[in-house]
Amino acid sequence: MRGATHAKWAACAVTVALAATACGGGGDSGGGGDGSGIVGSSWGDPQNPLEPANTNEVQGGKVLDMIFRGLMRYDPKTGEAKNMIAEKIDTKDSQNFTVKIKDGWKFSNGEKVTAKSFVDAWNYGAHLKNNQKNAYFFGYIEGYEDVHPEKGDAKADKLSGLKVVDDTSFTVKLTQKFSTWPKTLGYPAFAPLPKAFYDDHDAWLAKPVGNGPYTVDSYDKGSKMSLRKWDGYKGDDKAENGGVDLKVYTDNNTAYTDLMAGNLDLVDDVPASQLKNAKSDLGDRYINTPAGIIQTLAFPFYDSKWSKDGMEKVRQGLSMAINREQITETIFQKTRTPATDWTSPVLGEAGGYKSGLCGDPCKYDAAKAKKLVADGGGIPGGTLKITYNADTGSHKEWVDAVCNSINKALGNDKSCVASPIGTFADFRSKASQQKLDGAWRAGWQMDYPLIQNFLQPLYYTDASSNDGKWSDKKFDDLIDKANAETDTKKAVSTFQDAEKVLADQMAVIPLWYQNGSAGYSDKVSDVALNQFSVPVYNEIKVS
Amino acid sequence: MGRYVIRRLLQMIPVFFGATLLIFLMVNVMGDPIAGLCGDRKCDPATATQLKKEFGLDKPVWQQYATYMGNVFTGDFGTAFNGQKVTELMSTAFPLTIRLTLVAIVFEIVIGISLGVVTGLRRGRPVDTVVLLLTLVVIAIPTFVTGLLLQLLLGVEWGVIKPSVSSEAPVNELLIPGLVLASVSLAYVTRLTRTSIAENRRADYVRTAIAKGLPRRRVITRHLLRNSLIPVVTFIGTDIGALMGGAIVTERIFNIHGVGFQLYQGILRQSTQTVVGFVTVLVLVFLVANLIVDLLYAVLDPRIRYA
Repeated sequence: MRGATHAKWAACAVTVALAATACGGGGDSGGGGDGSGIVGSSWGDPQNPLEPANTNEVQGGKVLDMIFRGLMRYDPKTGEAKNMIAEKIDTKDSQNFTVKIKDGWKFSNGEKVTAKSFVDAWNYGAHLKNNQKNAYFFGYIEGYEDVHPEKGDAKADKLSGLKVVDDTSFTVKLTQKFSTWPKTLGYPAFAPLPKAFYDDHDAWLAKPVGNGPYTVDSYDKGSKMSLRKWDGYKGDDKAENGGVDLKVYTDNNTAYTDLMAGNLDLVDDVPASQLKNAKSDLGDRYINTPAGIIQTLAFPFYDSKWSKDGMEKVRQGLSMAINREQITETIFQKTRTPATDWTSPVLGEAGGYKSGLCGDPCKYDAAKAKKLVADGGGIPGGTLKITYNADTGSHKEWVDAVCNSINKALGNDKSCVASPIGTFADFRSKASQQKLDGAWRAGWQMDYPLIQNFLQPLYYTDASSNDGKWSDKKFDDLIDKANAETDTKKAVSTFQDAEKVLADQMAVIPLWYQNGSAGYSDKVSDVALNQFSVPVYNEIKVS
Repeated sequence: MGRYVIRRLLQMIPVFFGATLLIFLMVNVMGDPIAGLCGDRKCDPATATQLKKEFGLDKPVWQQYATYMGNVFTGDFGTAFNGQKVTELMSTAFPLTIRLTLVAIVFEIVIGISLGVVTGLRRGRPVDTVVLLLTLVVIAIPTFVTGLLLQLLLGVEWGVIKPSVSSEAPVNELLIPGLVLASVSLAYVTRLTRTSIAENRRADYVRTAIAKGLPRRRVITRHLLRNSLIPVVTFIGTDIGALMGGAIVTERIFNIHGVGFQLYQGILRQSTQTVVGFVTVLVLVFLVANLIVDLLYAVLDPRIRYA
């Protein structure tokens, strides 16, 4: 029976294999309710080096939000900009600002946070040679075009609009009136940096040092970062837990499985395929809250076929042909909300969000849609092409659904076709160089919770992200007027007037507001996402 | 033998350059990678130009390739977009993937060959039929199904394993991923061994060995198995390369930050440096594994001589 013996051995090998792996299991959070428990959270490898002015996505943003505090901070619940390190920010003319900072703040390596920490950091962020992707944030400060010219080398080392007065105050001069500018300062790009950042840059990147409620305990690039509560933290939003372990996942499905198995406490990006189960799996430990992201369909106004008079009717018609309710419900499981203006609910009524501003053109009405498109002279070329990138974000499903909806409403199977592009980079490069014909999917994640950020960078003539090259004198004038307005209430209502121009022209079709979703284990509580869909780590309690 | 090895090594040179050039061009065709770094907004043109200059993307493709190859020979594989050296990425990714591949290969050899021998010796018996059916099932089910199923059952339902591998990835955590990765090849190895054994069992030299009165164990291991292993060794040799580069699915499911994951992320971010660097090393692994397989022939089969 030699053969049988062999078979037995094989079977044994498998059993041993299974048994040996059983040594794992069990979470890593301990401590009990005394605030020393560690939160295990899912993470993705940050796309860019972890510098404040170089991080423009959520994964890097998570870390910056834990280890840095700037002049202002957005209230995680209301989105309101509140003073953090800033004592006060004064201006008489909405163009020259004096910033006074609080005394006694320190970086976790012991350095003091002074006015110079801010000015040097901003100069670093703005300078062309440092390749900072958020450099444009400093574009409103005087002297930006010298340190960051469109073409050629920088002509100056420092922003001429920034001047250190003393240890705790500095002045800022902007190139234009911008009354709400102080409210932009909650973005991580405006964080102060310690001297260690410049002295030994590589060492700093290997283990970032900041002034926030957490310090980096260890950082294993591409796989894990351990953050621990910093006892020397000066602010009043101290960490309620002992620390956070960020673990890089190759796939958010795996992270979700780990949450189910009890090896992870928080998954802040529930995979699309699990949305259906999330409610039953997690119950009220599943959160689905609005984030400052709006998805739209943009049009090529550089193409005369789309920009000529009368086409606004076609665009409005197309907008009315899209059944937003149905698509957000069936495809997105309500993690998107049908859009009725061009901003985001996270701004709140006072901040400029106005539900229903778009009016009828954003409501589904197949008969009217067909009539409007016909009145406007029909879709140029007879077919609307919607371009999207196929590699991320399950765009295919909704683009197909939008096309179906349009085709059904217009009663023509060839009214709309989806046109995929392989990678996000290629898609963005074509869109930003005006190489797309027909419409394309456009998304906008706000930089700061201000209505200005949802309008000016996207629709102002030749603005940085105005890929469709839409241009309207009336809109531009209203934006300028709103920026110069010192009274916030009046400024907001002027911005809304500008938004009405968008509605008349249907410059882009608003589709839906995006939510942030997260799930957490029963070991943690008080979990919330802020307006940037970043978990508010310092408030999480571990039981 | 020595001359043969030298000839083979020389043949590797054009294959190496051809393969890397192809990959380089393919990644290049995907378009401008810088635009993807700024999210849904437009990169500011000055920073984009600066970045292109730094990554050498402003030069014509042939020049980029020449510079890249020049750097590779001095051991500089460039920098990924997140600021990490590609060599640094490799030094973390390759050990993981090699460990995973070794686990998979061990499974293939131990389980695959034993099952193959058992079934080959008992052709037509119930054991044979059952194993054949099982291999059919394994081949028919895609890896991601087996992977996700095992992960869900063992990891979540029964709690026997951790569903995801930790970043240190010790061997005991890699057993199930290794088994999943090996599953399909394992089935092929079983079938190959079985056919080969069944065929050689009736060969003259086996009959001679039995007639000499050698013990059964010696006949099987020294004479029958050794000669039957030639096709199996070829298969396993080429499989090493396939397992290392093709572990993308398994690595994603079990959260292993190995070569497959780095390649996947490199392609998504269109990081030429990462993709070409990793593929270059994989090409080398393929070539060397093939050479070793060919040399092993001579060891296994005394009739084969390389001049």
